[in-house]
Amino acid sequence: MKFTKDQLQRYSRHIILPEVGEQGQMKLLKSRVLIVGAGGLGSPVGYYLSAAGVGTIAMVDDDVVDLSNLQRQIAHCTGTLGMPKVESAKITFESLNPDVHIIPIKERLTKHNILDLIKDYDIVADCSDNYATRFLVNDACVLAKKPLVTGAIFKFEGQLTAVIPHEGPCYRCLFEEPPPPGILPSPQGVGLLGVIPGVIGTLQAAEILKLIIGRGSVLKGELLIYDAMKPSFRKVKVPKNPDCPICSDHPTITELIDYS
Amino acid sequence: MRLTINGDFFETSGTRTLEELLNELDIEPGRVAVEVNLSIVKKADYPAFMLNEGDKIEIVNFVGGG
Repeated sequence: MKFTKDQLQRYSRHIILPEVGEQGQMKLLKSRVLIVGAGGLGSPVGYYLSAAGVGTIAMVDDDVVDLSNLQRQIAHCTGTLGMPKVESAKITFESLNPDVHIIPIKERLTKHNILDLIKDYDIVADCSDNYATRFLVNDACVLAKKPLVTGAIFKFEGQLTAVIPHEGPCYRCLFEEPPPPGILPSPQGVGLLGVIPGVIGTLQAAEILKLIIGRGSVLKGELLIYDAMKPSFRKVKVPKNPDCPICSDHPTITELIDYS
Repeated sequence: MRLTINGDFFETSGTRTLEELLNELDIEPGRVAVEVNLSIVKKADYPAFMLNEGDKIEIVNFVGGG
């Protein structure tokens, strides 16, 4: 496979970087990423991966575009109100970059479909909006040995980390299990500064691009936390839990759990 | 007792255990993960987990939105 003249121009700022080059750009074009959630985080993750020329991007989300989404979910617009989010995102991303093939999957992830869905992808991005999905995606990625870049946001704060199964800790090493119902307010009920998903999703996209290109160090074993009010970035080292129920060498979770 | 919490110095008022510290800070244990000197503490251990002078504590909010 060779670059077209247009591709050499489109990706020129990547190609002139010695760390990326033609080889790195070709890796991007051949790579396949699955994004869980086409909302606040999924928008910038999908946007920047599309701009970067990640060849195949699947978006999983069963929701439709609502007016209250548009304060932060930049993949969607007034003209796509009422449309499935995955279809709206496909229009946006493919019009940005026709090299990119967006696969819209209008489904809810469950323990029955997730392993089949992620098996065809190189990397998974968790951009979901609930704890049940976060634990399901983490566990499935550990079982399937898929790198996972997980991000989460709340009010004025966001955080992200990369889970590289069996090389570093997983999401469950830090957070044992979903919080008991009612302990945490639902993100929908408390509000969110519109730019927070832009910051965290863009950082998730950066981690994914580095994983694909194979350069730089990846945010594994560390949680990066952004607080817009201070403002500050803080990194917390996350040790691997030797007794982690899913990623230790003596797991107690051997099949996927639907917490929802 | 002087502790470092999320990188900042903090002087406790008579707090001995991790659970007491979260009470003093008015933090609901179910909403956070806590690391003391680079080890994650299991939630079930919070009441009995004794803190020591100079402990470095990270309190991470359990955030789920997307």
